[in-house]
Amino acid sequence: MASSLLNPAARAQAAWDVTAVRRDFPALEQTVHGHPLVYLDNAATTQKPRPVLEKMLAFYQQDCGNIHRSIHQLGERATEAYEKARLRTQAFLGAGSAHEIVFVRGATEAINLVAQTFGRQRVGAGDRVLITELEHHSNIVPWQMLCEEKGAHLDVAPIDDAGELIWEEFIARLTPRTRLAAFAHVSNALGTVLPVRRMIEAAHAQNIPVLVDGAQAAPHLAVNVRELDADFYVFSGHKVYGPTGIGALYGKRELLEEMPPWQGGGDMIQSVSFARTIYNRVPYKFEAGTPHIAGAIGLKAALDYVSTLGLAAAGAHEDHLLRLGTERLGALPGLRLIGQAREKLGVLSFTLAGIHPHDVATLLDQQGIAVRAGHHCAQPVMEHFQVPATTRASLALYNTEAEIEALARGIEQVQKIFQ
Amino acid sequence: MADWRELYQDLILDHGRRPRNFRQPAGANRQAEGFNPLCGDRIQLYLKLENGVISDLGFQGSGCAISTASASLLTERLKGKTAEEAEAVFQKFHQLILRPEAAAPAEPDLGKLNALAGVAQFPTRIKCATLAWHTLHAALDAADAPVKVSTE
Repeated sequence: MASSLLNPAARAQAAWDVTAVRRDFPALEQTVHGHPLVYLDNAATTQKPRPVLEKMLAFYQQDCGNIHRSIHQLGERATEAYEKARLRTQAFLGAGSAHEIVFVRGATEAINLVAQTFGRQRVGAGDRVLITELEHHSNIVPWQMLCEEKGAHLDVAPIDDAGELIWEEFIARLTPRTRLAAFAHVSNALGTVLPVRRMIEAAHAQNIPVLVDGAQAAPHLAVNVRELDADFYVFSGHKVYGPTGIGALYGKRELLEEMPPWQGGGDMIQSVSFARTIYNRVPYKFEAGTPHIAGAIGLKAALDYVSTLGLAAAGAHEDHLLRLGTERLGALPGLRLIGQAREKLGVLSFTLAGIHPHDVATLLDQQGIAVRAGHHCAQPVMEHFQVPATTRASLALYNTEAEIEALARGIEQVQKIFQ
Repeated sequence: MADWRELYQDLILDHGRRPRNFRQPAGANRQAEGFNPLCGDRIQLYLKLENGVISDLGFQGSGCAISTASASLLTERLKGKTAEEAEAVFQKFHQLILRPEAAAPAEPDLGKLNALAGVAQFPTRIKCATLAWHTLHAALDAADAPVKVSTE
């Protein structure tokens, strides 16, 4: 077929040079238990490309000073690099201003920050907070803690057996007492893509502000917080090829301004006396103490990396692998795919008849194949499908068709052992 | 290098597939529930304790091959033992699966439980193998009310 006849996604996928991409990731070159590593636990964390490792090393070798206070060359370089990372993150999320980007340890810390500041301010006794049944524990527990403290009620919008949000049930839970809605952009356990734009629109129609947990979306989708009109959007650097211990909270500036500080300490203040402390402006008022400077620099390198390759092209490649994997694994006898949403990305979650996911994961690991087994920090999702756990293979831009085939053969091998 | 065959011996696969004493024994007077929140494994262990002797025992629940086989072999090994003897077997079993060296001689007091020695080479699976044993402890200690234990 002439390439001009392919649709844009197919063209992008065809142009994806996965061999070249893999050369950027030193960790992928190793063998595990005598087999080439097949890394399919990307929803847990991704491997890091060379530019991330190099930039972080260079910071520690040449530019390590503290930020925002050191009147010397190294401190100036560090401050500049840290603030450039903030600008890069702003561009990555499509935010209007760098003041709307708060660096945090990761998505979990970002959600806790919002719950403990904005949430505490807005939610009172008898009020309601809305989440969905798909959420990761990190987008459940902070809200439970807040509701318990305030005497508020946590509502849960259910999913159907395909793993999709039941729209009417979601709408029905947007009540006059709902003070905040928080939901994932993409489910970590199932890969379901939630219709966040419509969900935000519906919530806003009732004047309900929205936090979107983008931990599983940021590595795969081009996110634009202004197009989504999200009030808060959070993600973790390590899931988008950056270092662990760094992530970002986007918040609309007027909301961040109104929020009280979270942690107290250095850098979050303008002046301190024993009588009175004046807090710094946003986002610094939320960044007490010396932050993960090297992490921010690594995050910038990671966002540069994926943006240069192009998230659309990467997404098309991953989508191709997901379809291939769904077909190949779906044809294996005794294998049940958990989560078959129409809009889905990055995740193949499954059970095998008569074989526990932990045994599957150990035996796949013996063949060099890294997957996750367990409840994926989403026990309510497991409960919905009435399974104690699943095995989850999750994709990244460096995975290959051959690795999907290795996974399928690995599963067949596990089934043979347990015959 | 650890080989999967050390972990998944035929005896383990057999007990994982067809667990023995997978029942609630009549007249059981002690019970405890064990839970591993990391993987969702859950077992209910029942003991019939008469004059300090475990005259019957059984278990129910769901788990991986390792935890199910470990529970099954436990019930076979401890039937007819006193609480003190059961404790001694537990200590030896614990040493078996926590020892760092690969090929220690089989421990005669453990019988078929020696088949679980391979777990020592798979640190992520030790909790699977010990779940039933921690639950046993709790059941022996439970005077009246059923108790719950967790590996975390």
